Amino acid sequence: MKKSFRFSVPTRYIINFGLTALFIICGTLIVNGGAFKRATNAIILQIGIYIILTVSLNMVTGYLGQLPLGHAGFMAVGAYTGAILWKATAAMPCWVSILLGLIAAGLMAAVFGVLIGIPALRLKGDYLAIITLGFGEIIRICIINLAGITGGTPGLLNIPKYSSFFVVFTAAAITCYVIHTIMHSRHGRAILAIRENEIAADACGINLTYYKVFTFAVSAFFAGVAGALFAGFQGSLFPKSFDFMASINILVMVVLGGMGSMLGSVVAATVLTALPLVLQGLSEYRMVIYSLLLIIVMIFKPSGLMGKYDFSLTGIIEDAINGRLFRKKRKEGAENE
Amino acid sequence: MIILQHLLNGLRLGSIYALIALGYSMVYGIILLLNFAHGDIIMVGGYIALIIIGAGISPAIAVILSIVGCVLLACMIEKVAYKPLRQAPRISLLITAIGVSFFLENVAQLIWGADPRSFPYTTIIPSINYEIAGLKISLATILTIVVAVASMVVLTILVQKTRMGKAMRAVSEDMGAAQLMGINVNATITFTFAIGAALAGIGAILYCCYVPQVKPTTGYLLGIKAFVAAVLGGIGSIPGAMLGGFAIGMAEVAVNALGLSSWTDAVVYVVLIVVLLVKPTGFMGRSLNEKV
Repeated sequence: MKKSFRFSVPTRYIINFGLTALFIICGTLIVNGGAFKRATNAIILQIGIYIILTVSLNMVTGYLGQLPLGHAGFMAVGAYTGAILWKATAAMPCWVSILLGLIAAGLMAAVFGVLIGIPALRLKGDYLAIITLGFGEIIRICIINLAGITGGTPGLLNIPKYSSFFVVFTAAAITCYVIHTIMHSRHGRAILAIRENEIAADACGINLTYYKVFTFAVSAFFAGVAGALFAGFQGSLFPKSFDFMASINILVMVVLGGMGSMLGSVVAATVLTALPLVLQGLSEYRMVIYSLLLIIVMIFKPSGLMGKYDFSLTGIIEDAINGRLFRKKRKEGAENE
Repeated sequence: MIILQHLLNGLRLGSIYALIALGYSMVYGIILLLNFAHGDIIMVGGYIALIIIGAGISPAIAVILSIVGCVLLACMIEKVAYKPLRQAPRISLLITAIGVSFFLENVAQLIWGADPRSFPYTTIIPSINYEIAGLKISLATILTIVVAVASMVVLTILVQKTRMGKAMRAVSEDMGAAQLMGINVNATITFTFAIGAALAGIGAILYCCYVPQVKPTTGYLLGIKAFVAAVLGGIGSIPGAMLGGFAIGMAEVAVNALGLSSWTDAVVYVVLIVVLLVKPTGFMGRSLNEKV
């Protein structure tokens, strides 16, 4: 039997990188060229931000199998860190300022992730959910009460609007790349093993606490980056944006896309964020539709729309070259004949 | 004297939390579900009472109807949303509960609007103040505490002395074995939800008289606080829920009395976190060992 065509690993990297770069450059040109209305541009930026949030939450919910309900808390930490830093460094060249802000936001959120993760991850299931909810709310209450630094309820205003299409989607691509890479390393396999069976993973010598806190911190890091991008997108920050509702919003996207599928997360984030654009008359029903979707998906397809399926771009090209894109995949054993 | 006054306030708030915590505790004890929708059932109960009183019907009927409404709603939620997921992983059940909670909140917002509505508490409990040895006690405070304690006594008798209570205890001990012994597990679970919701209905009236207003998000924070109370007392334990409820009510009133009212909610969450970390089984809970 003819050996089927495969790309070598470096070629795969080049193809993926090239296509991503092409997408970002074309997108920047189209968006900056003024092809869309302002409202559409805003939605496109939000899609990018939500992709980062969803993919990062998916890492904890889908891959690690825990259910934190405080993702908006990490986002808030990142948002305020980024915004305050940006305001302070507004005199610097904009690239330096943006990079500094994003990295500081991510690191700050990751520090909070570790601080919250170490105690919280001793608990399981419902208790973990409720304790992260508690931490998320405490962060929000602290933001309201520390008005000297954060502006309190009236909000933090006049944040430089740094979140352009290029910045947001480069960050989104890097997020997906880093999380994908982690998940396909031995660390990723350890994380998946914990999801499948914690006790068995422990017995195999996997350091449960280390990997749980590690996953939590990485997830928090990217949530923080997304938060900073959110600050740069809005130009102002209010504590109300980071309440429990916001955490649930992200959770709905992860669950709908399929817990454990990065593609699912990206698709769900895109579709659900773009939904108001399509259903303009239904904006007040949005949250009702969200909550119904959540219940219906859980009852009829608990694995989400994509399940655990993840696609690879180069894999599809390979299939096309081998002429079996639309045919059923043969079993792996058959190819080795 | 002022401390006694605060203590009384704390008792009133605490007994409301205790009533609601009982609903959480019982449902968690029987199917290990953290019923996020419990708080929102209370919100619906508040709105039902508000509308019926607004229509000029006597408050006694309003109270009864709002309790009945809560029970029906809870049974419906259990049948539609939770029952299909009985064999599903716990995480799916939890997400569904969050979904139900959000659904109720948003539907309420669509129907009644997001703005808080004031609750006609004086038509339900006339505002009469007694003065005993310099201590001001309102009729509402006395009624709240008495009703709460009476409900708990009735509940304890129900769980400890009746056939249904025995079935409930059996199902929460071991669902499979209970089924083999000929207990109708589904009916028992529905009954537990109904009892929890009835207590929530009573709690709804008492809480709305305390605040006194209703808004679509009433249930969210109340639910969380009641849950904290349930965890504090030891989830699955009836006296524990009462103790936890009183403790949270007192803590909240104490923080307010110290003039830190903007930190009240944070204190409740801190209590929750500390309890979960130090003694996850609470005052009176029993520990569950995970089997391989």
